[in-house]
Amino acid sequence: MSGHYEAPIREPLIIGHKTYHDISEDIARPIEERAGKLWWVSFWIALTLFLYGFGCIAYTIGTGIGAWGLNRTNNWGWDITNFVWWVGIGHAGTLISAVLLLFRQRWRMSVNRSAEAMTIFAVVQAAIFPVIHMGRVWVGYWVFPLPNQFGSLWTNFNSPLLWDVFAISTYFSVSTVFWFMGLIPDFAMIRDRAKTPWTKRIYTFLAFGWGGKAKHWQRFEELSLVLAGLATPLVFSVHTTVSFDFATSVIKGWHSTIYPPYFVAGAVFSGFAMVQTLLLVARKVCHLEDYITMYHIEIMNIVIIITGGMVTVAYGTEYFIGWYSGSRYEDFTYLSPGAATGPYWWAFWALITCNLIVPALFWFKRVRTNIMATFIIALIINIGMWFERFDIIVINISRDYLPSSWTMFKPTIIDVGVFLGTIGFFGVLFLLYARTFPVIAQAELKTILKISGETYKTKEEEDEHH
Amino acid sequence: MSTTKIVFGIYADDDDLLNGVHAFNEKGIAINEVYTPFPVHGLDKALGLRKTRISDAAFMYAVYGLCIGVTVTWYTMNHDWAQNIGGKPSFDWGHNMPAFVVPMFELMVFCAAHMMSLTFLIRNKMYPGCPPQNPDPRTTDDKFMMEFVTDNVDAVKQILIDTGVEEITVKDA
Repeated sequence: MSGHYEAPIREPLIIGHKTYHDISEDIARPIEERAGKLWWVSFWIALTLFLYGFGCIAYTIGTGIGAWGLNRTNNWGWDITNFVWWVGIGHAGTLISAVLLLFRQRWRMSVNRSAEAMTIFAVVQAAIFPVIHMGRVWVGYWVFPLPNQFGSLWTNFNSPLLWDVFAISTYFSVSTVFWFMGLIPDFAMIRDRAKTPWTKRIYTFLAFGWGGKAKHWQRFEELSLVLAGLATPLVFSVHTTVSFDFATSVIKGWHSTIYPPYFVAGAVFSGFAMVQTLLLVARKVCHLEDYITMYHIEIMNIVIIITGGMVTVAYGTEYFIGWYSGSRYEDFTYLSPGAATGPYWWAFWALITCNLIVPALFWFKRVRTNIMATFIIALIINIGMWFERFDIIVINISRDYLPSSWTMFKPTIIDVGVFLGTIGFFGVLFLLYARTFPVIAQAELKTILKISGETYKTKEEEDEHH
Repeated sequence: MSTTKIVFGIYADDDDLLNGVHAFNEKGIAINEVYTPFPVHGLDKALGLRKTRISDAAFMYAVYGLCIGVTVTWYTMNHDWAQNIGGKPSFDWGHNMPAFVVPMFELMVFCAAHMMSLTFLIRNKMYPGCPPQNPDPRTTDDKFMMEFVTDNVDAVKQILIDTGVEEITVKDA
């Protein structure tokens, strides 16, 4: 018996009496077979949205930020809302891969690869917004402290916006490296069974010559563990740093010490909701029901309950402080009596409904073990978390310190287009990934076949009966 | 003519492979290499592999990244062109340092993660497009392979058979 012992009471993580070869077959199938109709339809929809969004971005760059619905009062709007939303979505992947690796949670093995792909693609979308908001994107490299001819004008390391540059770029590159290193043995598996010369050539390039030598596996496991150890504080630092954009400002409603933990909890909440949304579709399309089981779905829903609970406590605190401070300015922060009854009441109640009331249904086992209910609730959470960021930014600054400058924010068609474009771009990347990459970390999964596979579990149960 | 041969033994199960490794250890026959589709628990200890030091290297890379962070923030913000930004201390790195924690931390993690991954690739002699290092393609799927460079082919073959090997191949060295 290799590997660690697992209590028989735990549900099997791989169902359907699989062998090692079956796992290779199941994971390689989506890559080796032709794409189905559903894939092509989804791909064309995503590509169309992406191209439309790309056009809107080109228009923004050509015309200027005036193409958006920003005004003197609402000088941040949809762009930053979308940025924070996408960064938040990008949190579940590395949490699953890194934090759960350190906690030795085996269920992560079926979902970590796709969750991390989602993370990387989400961070790409997030990065688009601050870059285009700079206006002159061709001088975007000025955000880095490079020697220059301005005498020398360095970047301001006191600024949370620069911290963001470092946090997001490090998160993106470290997540990508972590993801790619884990992919190498799986690329090797695809390479070794490739039939056409081109497939062989491409996967030989990607597999870096991996051969599964004992010493290489030893280094590989050490690398995974240390990268997980490095990525874990990164997961928490990224959204903490994003929250600093607001928390270190001197704007009422933003200047709040609760932001870092509350942003991280919200990010994990929205990240897991997006993982559910994508994986429930991927599991069906790629026939991965034996690997992404009801147990996986339920346990991720439990994470959603926990992080949703943290967010709820934060909302309650913000609302109470908004009222208790007695400050007239605090009465129009995103969670305050003024927000609940003012002109943005619909955005406030959308947030409360989508993030507090609907996810509470997951407390019922019947709901959290129902696939359709999970899918719908996860989608609603995605919407709710978008509204949370919209409320933080727009509700708060639409009523600033001077009543004469109070005004509403109206997004333009370009605002909407850029946002839809990023959804399309994300979809294009994820669909291409699902067709060309091993969507489950098969080498890792094979290590638990004998301890958590259905064959072993059934055998153990029979042994107990005899 | 040399009598040295390369012997490959293919097992279908990781437990059989581990038993095989133990049997060869008992007989004092050196195993040249083992190829497996996934990390087999306890194999490195059975083969007597020394603990890898790439995590020690990662610590050094992290220190290097931190030094870069300290140097860059001190040079740009306090030394080369100190500015008064919002009244924050700008002439003394020690006082200014809390504002630099995030970039310093990120540079530390950046260097540790990337340079450790590069070390991993270099130590394993892996690079994009490198030819496969496993002699049999089945070892990335479901087979476990032992490789011997030996003069005593018969003894190796016998132990392989006794420990449940599925397939044996002998080649000239």
